[in-house]
Amino acid sequence: MIERGHHDMGGMPAGKVEPVEHDYEEWERRVDALMILLSGIRGGNKRMTVDELRKNIEALPPEAYEKMSYYERWVTSITQTMIQRGVITTEELGRKMQEVQARERDGAA
Amino acid sequence: MNETVQPSFKPGDRVVVRKAWPLGHIRTPHYIRGQVGSIERLCGSFPMPEELAQQRSGLPAQPLYRVRFLQRDVWPDYRGGADDALEVEIFQHWLDPA
Repeated sequence: MIERGHHDMGGMPAGKVEPVEHDYEEWERRVDALMILLSGIRGGNKRMTVDELRKNIEALPPEAYEKMSYYERWVTSITQTMIQRGVITTEELGRKMQEVQARERDGAA
Repeated sequence: MNETVQPSFKPGDRVVVRKAWPLGHIRTPHYIRGQVGSIERLCGSFPMPEELAQQRSGLPAQPLYRVRFLQRDVWPDYRGGADDALEVEIFQHWLDPA
């Protein structure tokens, strides 16, 4: 039986929380904007809920959850949700990723 | 058609958090399951996140409460004041009368 989910770490032994200021990178701002549009908070069409975002973040394997940054978790979860909802297919996603990789390899920004 | 579950607790009522670990997206923290506390207030009623996470409507809306627990009950090694409290927002279907 599964008991505590990896993400559900309230009360677990941990060090001191050190808040740090940092800038967001362009892609992180885009991921945030994507979520605002997809969840229908502003503009766009509602395509998912924040609860699905959470569910798919919580479904990440513990190693991935630890390794990924905040917005890496978001973009992974949003992608998973779009596949689950049939907005995109895995084939479309795979082909697009190949296309982007090829574009970067060929040096065109 | 009633889209909201009626609240069954009022402030001051003693409640116990259900001790369950179902799969899915659960908003009741692990550390508070099985603990006894008291209703501090009703926060309103909201579509259920557990259902919203699975592409369903989450209706009927479930009452959400702020529930107060004593820190020394929750953490066996707690060394702060005897009256120190911890408040957690918990949906009604996770609570039983204590």
